[in-house]
Order: sequence, then C-alpha cells, then structure tokens
Amino acid sequence: MTRYSIFSIARNAMNYHKDWERVWRSPMPKPEYDAVIVGAGGHGLATAYYLAKEHKMANIAVVEKGWLGGGNTGRNTTVIRSNYLQDASIAIYELSRSLYENLSRELNYNVMFSPRGLIMLCQTEHELRALKRTAHANRLAGLDCRMISRAEAKKLVPLMNVEPTCRYPVLGAYYQPRGGTARHDAVAWGYARGADALGVDIIQNCEVTGIRRDGGRVAGVETAKGFIRTRKIAVVTAGHTSVIMQMAGVRMPIESVCLQALVSEPIKPVIDCVIMANTVHGYISQSDKGELVIGGGADPYNNYSQRGSFPALQHTVTALVETFPFISRLKMLRLWGGIVDMTGDRSPILSLTDVEGLYVNCGWGTGGFKSIPGSGFVFADTIANGRPHRVAEPFSLNRFTEGRLIDESVAAAVAH
Amino acid sequence: MLTITCPVCGAEGDETDFHYGHEAHMARPATSDPDHISNERQRDYLFMRRNPKGLHFERWRCDRGCGKWFHAARDTVTMEFKAFYGITEKPPLELMQEARGEWADYFATKPPEGTA
Repeated sequence: MTRYSIFSIARNAMNYHKDWERVWRSPMPKPEYDAVIVGAGGHGLATAYYLAKEHKMANIAVVEKGWLGGGNTGRNTTVIRSNYLQDASIAIYELSRSLYENLSRELNYNVMFSPRGLIMLCQTEHELRALKRTAHANRLAGLDCRMISRAEAKKLVPLMNVEPTCRYPVLGAYYQPRGGTARHDAVAWGYARGADALGVDIIQNCEVTGIRRDGGRVAGVETAKGFIRTRKIAVVTAGHTSVIMQMAGVRMPIESVCLQALVSEPIKPVIDCVIMANTVHGYISQSDKGELVIGGGADPYNNYSQRGSFPALQHTVTALVETFPFISRLKMLRLWGGIVDMTGDRSPILSLTDVEGLYVNCGWGTGGFKSIPGSGFVFADTIANGRPHRVAEPFSLNRFTEGRLIDESVAAAVAH
Repeated sequence: MLTITCPVCGAEGDETDFHYGHEAHMARPATSDPDHISNERQRDYLFMRRNPKGLHFERWRCDRGCGKWFHAARDTVTMEFKAFYGITEKPPLELMQEARGEWADYFATKPPEGTA
C-alpha cells in the first residue's frame, strides 16, 4: 500500500496522476477463511480492520452483496455524537466518537472528521427537562457537554428563529462541542483500504445465499461465488439482518424501516454546526460543498425498498422551515432512503448467538454511522476471543429475554 | 405513498389517514396460557419479529374513518397491498400459501386464530 502524503501527491503529479495504485484488491474468495464477515458497510469493514490489526487475524474475508459502503454507510447524514442517556450507550458511542478524532491519521486516509459542535434544541418544557437529565448523565460519565441558553444558541446559529411565539419555541439547547460530522464514504473507503493492506479479502458483488450449519455450529456461507468454509461468521448487514440470520435459523428482535434524508442546492455558509430538533423530527447541517444536509424521522412501516414516503419528508421539512425560515425557498437536490434495523429499545445488538461461531452486530437503527469505529473495535475483540468485549456485553441478545433493556427510545437522545 | 382501504368502513386514504400497528397475528401468551409464561415466550411476543423481505401481514388502524383496527397483507419490497381483511379474520388462503420463511412456518404449524 502506498502511504498517502504530500510527497506521494507531488510524485504522482509529476506523472499526471497515472500511477496511483488501486486502493484495494478485488480477489476471488478462497475456499476457507478463519472468519467471514457478511456486509462491507462501515461496521463490517471496521470490524475486519480491527480484527486484522488488533487481533492479527488476517485470513478473513468481507463478503458484500453490492459494492462496499453502498448501503446505509452511504445513506446517512454523517452526524457524530455520543450524548446518549444510559451508561452502556455512552460508553460505546463515546468510544466511537473518540476513535473518530484520530481516525484520519490511524487509517492514513482523510475521513474529514469535523468536530464542529452539535446542538440539540429543546422546544418543549419536557424536552428541556429530558435533555438536562441527559446532560447531567453525560457529565457524570465524563463527556464534554453543557446546556446552553436560548441566547447562546442564537449566537451559535444566528439565522435560527428563536421567537417565543413559535409553535415550538427554542427554550434552550444541549451542546456537545466535540460532536460533528465526517465524510461517510471516506470512512468506508479508509477502513477498506486499511483492512485490504493488512491482508483482508474484500469480496464485492458476492451475495450470501445461505449459511451452512454443522449441528450447533457454523460450517460456512453459501455465496454467489461459491461456498466458503469458515468457523466464524459475523453478520453485519443492518436492515437485512433478519433475512441473513434466518438463513442460520436465528430469529431477530428487529424491524426494518426506511429512514430518509435530503440535501439542498449549495449555498454560502449559514450553519457551522450540527443542529438537531427532536421534537419536530428534523436535523440539519451544512456540508463543505455548501449543501444543507437534512434528516428526519423514519417511516413507521416495515420496508425493504430503500424508498421512503413523501409524508415523512414533508413532516421534516415543514417543521424545519419554522425554525429556519431561510430554507423555505431552497431547492432540494437529492433525497435518498436507507433501510434501518430498529430494535425494541432502540439500542444496538452486539452479540454471540445460540449457534456457535455465529456473531451478529446490528440494530443501530437511525444512529449507525457515528458508531462505526467503536462498534468495529469491540466487535472485532468479541469475534477474536469468542466472548463479548466489556463495552459490548450489555448489548447482547440475551437482554431481551432477561428484560435488561438499554432504553434509548424514550430518552430523547435519538431522533426517531 | 401507500393507498389503503379500510375493510370495515370502506374509507380510502394514504398512510397519514391510518396508523401502522406492526406485525399481525401475534397471540399474547398471558391471554391463552397464563400459567406457562416463560421469559422466552414473553420475549418472542414483545420483541421477536418476522420482518420478512416480501409478503408481510400487519395491522393498521382507520384513524380518520371508523377508528377500527384491521389486518393487511403487504409486500415490503414493492409496497403493494395484497389484501385487507378484518381484525378477527385469517388472511386469504392463497396468501397464506404464498407466504415464505417464518410466516410460512407459522401458517403451516398453527393457523392463526385471527386475534390481534
């Protein structure tokens, strides 16, 4: 792998940039691997990278139905934050956020992490109270955050309408100064490049069609490119987790729904932080290109089509127009939908299963992008050692049997 | 946008006129067999979902019409509704035969009572 640096750019510039080598190989699958990861999204690739780097398991493959990073990794609003309510959630999301801080250097690939600050608006008395509680919980856990007044929020986002006569007036806000965004594709590409350099085979256009079991343990995966023997299978397929896990005879506590986002035409800089308005189901940030990136609530019904409904979009945009009147005349350029995997308590699943050698990492729902590095880090440790990593342990499948939920669904920390 | 017809009052509308009630034909263990409720059965009832890619059986409520709950069969890839039927009814026979995966297992082993 060529290391990227100012010298490599200069050297290649001499030759009209004709000598850049391919960023990753496109190998055919070997007959057998030590572990096979299903799904080359951010989480799957990060898992592969940390397996190879931290646990020296280089004889592994990542198999992907389409192209790498083409699912939810390329379909989100790139928001990174860690202000969840429960201790277990704070631990994993903050691990993830802190890994983002140094990720570009770690991968020698610019993921454009931009800790530009994240504001969560409080637009009802209940939300103000709930976010104060979250802020206290976060500070106890050592997170850098604070509550800010309406005036401070207005100072950070001068174009925001904070009039008290609004239907949903801004009463205050939660502020996480080191929250922000990153370039979503670059995260997938950076991890893919890093994993490939360490010897991981990333096999694209290779749909998994079956999981072969040998009694109580896994024997391998049937794929579009033939059978691959392995004793460890890690399923990291987000919205398609139920479908894949059913191939191994494992039921999942998941519903797949469509979450949409959209971007406006590029405009001059107007917002230099990430703003979330959970009461009205909308969040907004501005990309480096100048587009406003807008995300909203998910459709309620089960959906595998990657196309959301118009009412959900309308709801998001209508609500945002009141708080940000200047966006009312913007043209919207693109919109897209991703199939997110929702669990009952809105917390992820990082778990061993009843089938020996079968591991699952899913249920990130509407918040998968921010958790890619942390999820990959602890999941790799879980797979390598055959037991849950300390941070992953609370997120086991058993919690649904034991009633030990990690309830983020009413904690107002997530937009859903 | 989904186009939904209420089988009770005949009202037509889109998904904003109705309320989604998630997966159908789930029997609450405590109702049928209160003496034998294991943690696993309770988990299955509360959290485990078939979540098929394809034909799905689900509940909807006629919010802006009669207010009644009813059943629908819908394809989760094409979004096409295959049938609307009453809350105490089984799906049409041909749809039960068309079902795949966990729904097929369910209809094969235990014909639905029709209760929500």
